[in-house]
Amino acid sequence: MGFNARGAWSIYTRELMRAMRTAFQSILSPVLTTSLYFVVFGTVIGARMEPVDGVPYGAFIIPGLLMLTLLGETTSNSSFGIYMPRFTGTIYELLSAPVGVAETLIGFVGAAATKGLVLAAIILATATLFVDYEIKYPVLAIGYIMLVAASFSLFGFILGVWADGFEKLGIIPLLILTPLTFLGGTFYSIDQLPEPWSTIALANPIAFLVSGLRWTFYGTSDVSIWVSLGLTLGFLALCTAVIAFIFKTGWRLRE
Amino acid sequence: MLVVNETILEIEGLKKVYSGGVRALDGVDLTIRKGEIFALLGPNGAGKTTLIGAVCGLVRPTDGTITAFGHDLARNWRAARARIGLVPQELSTDMFETVERAVAYSRGLFGHAPDKARIHEILKSLSLYEKRSSQIRELSGGMKRRVLIAKALAHEPELLFLDEPTAGVDVELRKGMWEQIAALRERGTTIILTTHYIEEAELMADRVGIIRGGRILMVDDKDAIMQRMGTTEAVITLSEPLSQLPEPIAQFPVTLSEDGLELCYRGGDGSGSGSEEVAALTKALIAAGVDYRGIDVHDSSLEDIFIDLVSAEEAA
Repeated sequence: MGFNARGAWSIYTRELMRAMRTAFQSILSPVLTTSLYFVVFGTVIGARMEPVDGVPYGAFIIPGLLMLTLLGETTSNSSFGIYMPRFTGTIYELLSAPVGVAETLIGFVGAAATKGLVLAAIILATATLFVDYEIKYPVLAIGYIMLVAASFSLFGFILGVWADGFEKLGIIPLLILTPLTFLGGTFYSIDQLPEPWSTIALANPIAFLVSGLRWTFYGTSDVSIWVSLGLTLGFLALCTAVIAFIFKTGWRLRE
Repeated sequence: MLVVNETILEIEGLKKVYSGGVRALDGVDLTIRKGEIFALLGPNGAGKTTLIGAVCGLVRPTDGTITAFGHDLARNWRAARARIGLVPQELSTDMFETVERAVAYSRGLFGHAPDKARIHEILKSLSLYEKRSSQIRELSGGMKRRVLIAKALAHEPELLFLDEPTAGVDVELRKGMWEQIAALRERGTTIILTTHYIEEAELMADRVGIIRGGRILMVDDKDAIMQRMGTTEAVITLSEPLSQLPEPIAQFPVTLSEDGLELCYRGGDGSGSGSEEVAALTKALIAAGVDYRGIDVHDSSLEDIFIDLVSAEEAA
């Protein structure tokens, strides 16, 4: 028996159905939160702001807000996806089935990434209600969103394996990802910061992600798109390597 | 279903030492034959669940080899696992999932194409069909356990592990489970079950293994164990006290109580020879002119043998 495609599909579809069961939490809640950001920062405050790098302020913040939701949701969805079976004990079925690292990742991470993409599409559609914007490189934007969604779904999977309680699941998205995204140029260009803050801001890896996505939207960025792309791919490779290690050693999965 | 001498699971020198230093398995050797019901008995912490976990992929063995259906589990684990099912001891299910979807998920997870008719057949055989659209959390404990069995059967395993399948289940439902296990065996499924109810093993198993401290103390056909280790005990209450045993009576394996009023026989084996010898003893008593008022005969059960064996090991 080789790659178990049906096994991967079963995990994938079940995870998506789980999201549908919790549609309010998975979809409506982040869309509502992001819409509030658009209303407050895009429409109300944004109307009084100067354009940034030639981009109207309301449109300028779209990539950052999209990244904020994408990082938080893909990480949370994926981490809950693998943590819940560990917590409830149903992980026994996954471990005893003929599924390996590839099927498990396609199932859990694929579903989390899919949810992230659906969410991103809904948020972009919602943004048109509040702000006028045009995406300069739509294909690249979709590709970059997919890359980030996959990377942080992998990261969430690691988090879900590492966590030994619900508190730990919430710590990383809430206390690390959200602040770093806020400080990573979501609401301003890093170039606008005075020294040494503009240099310090570049120590924040999320800044490169926001900058990369903004480049695909408007062709302007704080750092080179190649640096952003290289960093994202590097993060993806690192997370994949960590997960391969987890499966090889059985760390926190098999006793 | 006849048990054939084809080996479908072979465990050699299996060891498991947990990170805390607990030695759960200490060189287990075990062979399972196709079509049999094998009961693994042992006290709490003996290593039963660890042994099952090692075969099913939940536990990483420290040493030893496991070969299932001719596949080394360390290498060809996919091929082996696809043919093995597990019903865990804990009631671990996705409580918000419906019964039918949970079973269908298990089937897909093991690489089988969707088959609604087959799922319905399994649910009917476990009296769960009427509850197929219910969320699992709405079911009783006994039903939840049957859902676990249905999930384990969804991919039609040839080797099924049942870890304490009737734990916490009432007497009526337990009997129902026994019938279901017997039906599975009729369909050719090889079954390995762990249980605390030794009556269960005595009733269902072809072979019995006793494990303690991570080591297999004994494996044999149940009937052979009963024959080899089973005994008959008879207490004969005499009408008048005896000061000493008459010569024809002393030839039997009997002891006389201190007050001389009770004659205790202990002998025979699990084949019924003990009962025959007790009958001969009573005739000998009558022939010797010794009158008695009552006889209490008791054949030892598998439970008695199990307790004796584990106690002896503890004493050693």
